[in-house]
Formats: sequence, structure tokens, C-alpha cells
Amino acid sequence: MQKFLLQGLFRGALTERAPSPDDAMLAEIGATLEKTAREKLGRSLAIREVDAGSCNGCELEIHALSNAFYDVERFGLRFVASPRHADVLMVTGPVTKNMREALERAYNATPDPKWVVAVGDCALDGGVFAGSYACVGPVSKVVPVDLHIRGCPPDPVALLKGLIALLNAAS
Amino acid sequence: MLFTRKEKPEATAPGAPECRPWARQDVDAGGWRDAAGEIADGKADLLSLWSDGVRVYLAFLPQGAAAPRIVSLACTEGRFPSVGALHPPALRLERTIADLYGIEGDGLPDKRRWLDHGRWGVRHPANAPLPIETASDAYEFCRAEGAPLHQIAVGPIHAGIIEPGHFRFSANGEVVVRLEERLGFVHKGIDRLMAGAPIAQAAKVAARISGDSTAAYSFAFARAVEAALGVEAPARAQWLRALIAELERLANHFGDIGAICNDAAFSLMLAQCGLIRERLLRAAANCFGHRLMMDRIAPGGVAADLSPEGAQALRDLLEWINLMVPRLIGLFGDTTSLQDRTVGTGVLSQELARQYACGGYVGRASGRAFDARLNVGYAPYDQLSFEMGGSTEGDVDARVWVRFDEVRASIQIVEQILDRLPHGPIHVDVPSAPSAPCEGAALVESFRGDVFVWLRIGADGAIERAHFRDPSWLQWPLLEYAIKGNIVADFPLCNKSFNCSYSGHDL
Repeated sequence: MQKFLLQGLFRGALTERAPSPDDAMLAEIGATLEKTAREKLGRSLAIREVDAGSCNGCELEIHALSNAFYDVERFGLRFVASPRHADVLMVTGPVTKNMREALERAYNATPDPKWVVAVGDCALDGGVFAGSYACVGPVSKVVPVDLHIRGCPPDPVALLKGLIALLNAAS
Repeated sequence: MLFTRKEKPEATAPGAPECRPWARQDVDAGGWRDAAGEIADGKADLLSLWSDGVRVYLAFLPQGAAAPRIVSLACTEGRFPSVGALHPPALRLERTIADLYGIEGDGLPDKRRWLDHGRWGVRHPANAPLPIETASDAYEFCRAEGAPLHQIAVGPIHAGIIEPGHFRFSANGEVVVRLEERLGFVHKGIDRLMAGAPIAQAAKVAARISGDSTAAYSFAFARAVEAALGVEAPARAQWLRALIAELERLANHFGDIGAICNDAAFSLMLAQCGLIRERLLRAAANCFGHRLMMDRIAPGGVAADLSPEGAQALRDLLEWINLMVPRLIGLFGDTTSLQDRTVGTGVLSQELARQYACGGYVGRASGRAFDARLNVGYAPYDQLSFEMGGSTEGDVDARVWVRFDEVRASIQIVEQILDRLPHGPIHVDVPSAPSAPCEGAALVESFRGDVFVWLRIGADGAIERAHFRDPSWLQWPLLEYAIKGNIVADFPLCNKSFNCSYSGHDL
């Protein structure tokens, strides 16, 4: 373990920030997001993720936001364990009928002001599961949605971009 | 024409009793009971049990055999002799058949609805939907009662970024006396969506049954379609499929090893494993155009070819991973505070792993040496050499070590594929309509264990019926056993070391 810890001390950070012209996107997103988050919400934005029937693909990419390359927490974005601690509900999946009530309850438990981000194509319109007897379809049919982030699944950069768009719209 | 059809009702009944590449046999109730008895006696491993609304099907692998067998029974009155009554691993599969098709197992000891929570607005939606009024059904959990016992209800929404399901713990202080799972929250109606879908559309749905196994599901679906239609993907496509499947396996194992350690508050491992996983996903995106490689494997071949630059990038990545793995193994094995949490925690007995024909690292960590790539075999794995890891300890620690073994095996496989990847086309056309309805099946090893797929293609070229059995079906019940006697705080460790799929199970 010492090797890893020493390595961590002496090696440069892996976290991507390079403001070089072709790789500037991540850095740009990070800077904008941090500034906007501070303006609108003080210092941070707490996100509660709700899987309302996804295939788990979206969750895998949302997880990736926390790895050393994206390090979402540096922007003041945190994933929290309870809707009661959240500013944002991040909802994935075509909202199965068996999850509808749980999603409604999570929404009602989230204090105002709150925003809902629907992540992935399923959350937008049901995706490949549209029309199933077991799915409600779009998240917007169950709770009001402030922003859709498209993709199947959206990659971490798309997720970060979407969160900036949300902050701009929430002003 | 019409007259002839009426005269021979069997001619329009689904499919001749042939399911390529394995045998399917139509049996009577006696034959069905015999097959169920063989499985219950441990002479065969249960692969799956499902229905298409007309028949029930039972797939199993006789001990020592390389080819699975399938028996089917026509359910004229919506009933069949229960397999679950003899063999508990079939219970949930049978409850599902009752939910989706209204076909019931005679003598099934547990008649509670499983996937049907009473919220769909219909009963048995995959067969002859019957509208209902109820907004939800009450569910009676098994009781564990007595003075010191209390219940802890968790979910369906969990505290982390994970899939939804409900866990009901009965605990004596901190010690778990009983865990009962209630699943079905992410049921999306796959059976119904598959019925009548064109192959291309069905392939998209199959790829989204469980997002972390998307390559494995596409692989299994493609193999089943090709078996049914009697076509074979070109050699290069077959090798690329294995490459895609192994990259998926590696990414998942690294992600999970990190996450298991993180659940024991050892976040250093999560950070290190997260790096490897991310680099694998980026390499996948560069080589195949999608980080999770969704829809890259399709019936007839693969959708993306590997460029020489892509192959070189993968070699460079493997070189770095080869450097990292021994360090991670050292980090895991030498950290005593971590061992303190994982050794002896969540033990799954060898007997249960065998009875449930439990696949993947869960089975292999409990002495069940089964891997569909080796035991049943399929291209191109029959031309590759790799070693399967195993343990008989059955605890969280063993499941992590088996995953390290699998990482090593996958690296070997990827190296062999990069060295020997044949040249040529990556796709053949799949006939748009077969001359007659046909059936196919496949067993493919996902990172989690063996995925079973059966399907029937109609004369119009569309999928008539399809059935998918995720390895989680046979692993979820074992988690209930493994947690017994552990403290509540160790549940996340046990759960993550199993890492069963919710979406793949709920369908």
C-alpha cells in the first residue's frame, strides 16, 4: 500500500484539466460549472440518483463521473444517499410501473428548490422499451423534468455538459 | 388451404421439436416429471425454465455432458407438474411463468406473485392479458418472529447509485437471521416486447437487458439467431466478439473489485481500479465506437471492425494493466484491515452452489467449476487457451480472488486474440425470412456467469418468442443464504461480491 500512497504523492494528478485547444472541453465544462454552481447554489449541488427501470448502463456511466479522470466532486457536485439531502433528482430508465410510486415518493421527499434531470434515451421517451405494458414511458409523465440528457447511455462528458445546462436554466 | 390447416392443428402449432444446436424433445407429463426428477437428484444442472404461452420448456445440462437438453410440455389446461416442488432453484422461474403467462405449476409450494406487483393494469400480460383494477398487490413476506427479532426494510431505492430492489431483513440485534428479497421493480416486459419484433429490433432490446452485460447478451442473442437460421458468422467476427466480451468482462471485474473494497471503506482500491476501468472503456470507445460496446455484436457478425491502430492501443493498455494487476493483488492481499472484513464473510456453501447450478465467480468461489466458455464451448474459445480460477472457501474474499483469476485469464485471451485475429469479412447477411419457423438457443459466459437464450423465429423472419435467463436468477436466492449469521453492516460487502443484476433478472 505504501507504494500506492507514495505514488499518489509524487506522481502528477491524473484528473484531466488540460486547457489545450483540442482537449479543452472538460476543463471548460469544469470551470463554467464551478462558477455557475457557486453563483446559483452557493458552493455545491447535491444529486440523488434514482434508477426507475434502467438497464444499468446509465448507472455505470454516472458512476464513472466519480473516477479520477472526471472527479465530479471538484465542481461541487456530490451524490447523496437520500432525496432529503438532494437539490437534483437524476432519473434513469423508462419508469417501470413497478417503480412509479417509488419515484413519486422520492420526488415528494426532495425539498424545494429542486430540479429533475432525466438521463438517457429511455428516460426521454421510453427508448427501446417504449410501449411496453410494464413501463410508463418518459420520466416527464411522472415528475416534472427540467432537463434531458440524451444517449444510450450518455457518456460522462455528456452528463457533465447536461449539468451545466441545468444550472443555466435554473437561474 | 384453410381446410388443410384446420385438419392439422399441430402444423400451425409452434415449431417442430428441434432447437439448434441442441435437441429439444416434446414430452408428456411423465417425461416432464422424469426430467425434473433428474435435476432434483443432482444428475443434471437446471439451466432454465420458461414458457411461450403454449408450452413450458425446461433446459438442463446432464452431469458431464457438453450439450444441454431441452424438454417441452404442451400445457393444454394452463397447468404443468411443478419443478419447483422438487427443486427449489426453479421456484422463482415458475412464479414468473404464472405471472407472465397465467400457466401454473401443479404443486408449486410458493404461489405468491413474483414480478407482477399488481401495477401493470393486466394479469399474465405475455399471453392473454386480462385487465385488472388493482393499483398494487399486498405482499406477504416470510415471517421470522420472536422477542429479540426485528425487521429492517430496505429499498426499492437504495442509498447508492445502484438498481432498485427490496430487501427485508429479520435481525437479532446486528445479526441477520433471515433475508428475503423482493424483486421485479425494473420489470420492463421483455417477453412481450420480443414477441413479433423484427430481429434487428429484438437485438436492440436484448442488448439492453442488463447494461453491464450488454456484449454478452448481444453475443448470446446473435448465436441463438444464427443457430436457428443455420448461418455462421465469419471467423474474424467470431474472434472480435470474444475480444469485445473479454473487454467487457475486464471492465466489470475491475469496477467490482474496487467497489467491493470501497464497501469495506478501502477507497484506495476503488480509485485504482476505477482508473483501469475508465481506460478500458475509453479504449472500447476508440476501437468500437461505444464505451460499453452496446449493439456492436449483431446477428451475422459484428458492427465494427478493429483497426491496426486500435489493436496497438489495446496492446499498450494491456501492458499497463499487466503492470498494475500484481500491485492491486498485493494491495488487496496485504491489507489486513480489508482481510478482516472479507475473510469468512458471506459464506456460500459448496452444496448450495451445486444445487443451484450457480454460475460465474459466485459458483467458482464455492467449488463449482463451470464456465460456459469451457464446459459447453463456443467459437472462438475452443481455439483459445486459458485457465479458470476457483476456490472452495465461498466467502467474499474468495469471490474477489476468483475475479483476480478471471482478470488474468481475460488478459491472456485478449492477447491471444490480438496475436491471431483472422482477416476477412466481419458480417454475413442473415436471411430475412426462413423457409419455416425455427428455434435456436445459446449459452454464453457473461462476466457474471452463464447467460441462456432461447428463441423461435417465425416464417416472416420476426422473433415469435424469446426467453433470456440471466445468471442472477440462480445467484439471487443464494445471497439470501450467504448473508445468514452475518451482521447487517456486512450486507453491502456480501451483496457487492455477488453483484447480481436486477434488470437482467426482472426482465
